[in-house]
Amino acid sequence: MLIFKILLASAVLLLSLVVAMYSTLIERKVAGFFQDRLGPDRAGPWGLFQPLADGIKLFFKEEFMPNTADKFLYILGPSLTMLIACLTSAVIPWGPDIVINGQTFSLQMADVNIGILYIFAIVSIGVYGIMIGGWASNNKYALLGAVRASSQMISYELAMSLSIITIVMMTGSLSMRDIVNQQQGFNWNIWYQPLGFLIFLICAFAETNRSPFDLPECETELVGGYHTEYSSMKLGFYLFSEYINMFISGEVIATLFLGGYHFPFIDKLGLSPNVFAFVSFLVLFAKITFFGFIFMWIRWTLPRFRYDQLMRLGWKALIPLAILNVLITGVVILLNQ
Amino acid sequence: MSGLTKRSMVVSNKKMSFWEKIYLPAILGGMCITFGHLCRKKTTIRYPEENREFSEIYRGRHVLKRDDEGRERCTACGLCAVACPAEAITMIAAERQPGEENLYREEKYASTYEINMLRCIFCGLCEEACPKEAIFLTKEIVKAGYERDEFIYGKDLLVEPADPSKRIDVTMRQTPEVLDFKKDKNQKHNVH
Repeated sequence: MLIFKILLASAVLLLSLVVAMYSTLIERKVAGFFQDRLGPDRAGPWGLFQPLADGIKLFFKEEFMPNTADKFLYILGPSLTMLIACLTSAVIPWGPDIVINGQTFSLQMADVNIGILYIFAIVSIGVYGIMIGGWASNNKYALLGAVRASSQMISYELAMSLSIITIVMMTGSLSMRDIVNQQQGFNWNIWYQPLGFLIFLICAFAETNRSPFDLPECETELVGGYHTEYSSMKLGFYLFSEYINMFISGEVIATLFLGGYHFPFIDKLGLSPNVFAFVSFLVLFAKITFFGFIFMWIRWTLPRFRYDQLMRLGWKALIPLAILNVLITGVVILLNQ
Repeated sequence: MSGLTKRSMVVSNKKMSFWEKIYLPAILGGMCITFGHLCRKKTTIRYPEENREFSEIYRGRHVLKRDDEGRERCTACGLCAVACPAEAITMIAAERQPGEENLYREEKYASTYEINMLRCIFCGLCEEACPKEAIFLTKEIVKAGYERDEFIYGKDLLVEPADPSKRIDVTMRQTPEVLDFKKDKNQKHNVH
């Protein structure tokens, strides 16, 4: 059992790293296609080795550290960001149980009964990675970027949690597995909570610092934002964790609103448990990929928000809407009892 | 009051309607536009494998032609340098020595002939000015380089190879006058 857990953990870690690696390529490809270009296609067929080349480049870049920087915090920043990004996937159910030699194994690393809370707790710690990095750089742009990032993430976390509360109210459980199992077939939460889904999606963009809410690394005003002073693989960690976060948030959205690994009619195919688990995983992966594409699509469509617009949207639009959503859901649940 | 220019326009400061304020329809519209671009024909030309289509009379880098017997046509008269609006051409003239008749067509020739490709604007006036039909612009482009010096093309790069099979075809850039000149059988070197 323990060995299986370790294998699963390594597999998930590897998966998120590889996905993040190739998201960088896909992002550039998608950007290219949206702009009537081809994107990178020199390294290998269709540019398939581009992420490797980028990785190697980052590793061989000079490790630069400003001499006024706080050495310990400067290194802690990117490490923490990367660690947090990898931690989130622990409570996510990747598929139904599989059976090996008559023993049942769960495709979830830890079925914590407060799974959602765990995710939110971990994601909130992610702010520290950025804040510490920006602070340690001892650079005004980095600090401004970091301050922006933290205030943005804290503001949007409120609306995000409020939109999740409705899901918790409907499911009556904080466990990710329970939430997924409630959405059998086509009984997805998005049909009951379209507003909640929309709020969650918008907040997910803000939480991952993606365009149109990429103010923390706003090139036009802040050079590079919180990672201005970073180079080499420390910068790589920051950039990389953004893609892991994107992957994870697509995963969380799929789990909470789009039925996780469930898909209509899939249980009618009469597949053996292991094949069924594999197909279910592929379904989940397709949903994540879809959200990854949405993330990129939005990024290459919309211009960046202004900071006051961002704050106004978060506090004056999304939070009241989310509270309204909670109220309506509560009333409907009461009436149905 | 009329403005000084006709470029002034009235700025509309109207309040956004509710539909516009929630942004979502506009965002979806924008996303439809970008999605349309996803399947459009790409404008990229993969350069080393693919070449942009050039006009038949494209004005690229120069060539100094030899005549049919492999002798350099240029007599270093300097008219191209005078005609050049970018002052990209310099040359040093020299007298042909006995025994060099197979190298140079006339008694005077250019011992050095340099074109600075960074100055050149590829207008083709040198071609027009040349009385000996010695200089032509070709379809070839000037290669990229790391040093400025690399762009000063000397005779080693400009004069076409003497080997008849490696001659550079400039027929597309030859005017009717040029073709008439080629027909003049009194000039021995033009006999095929």
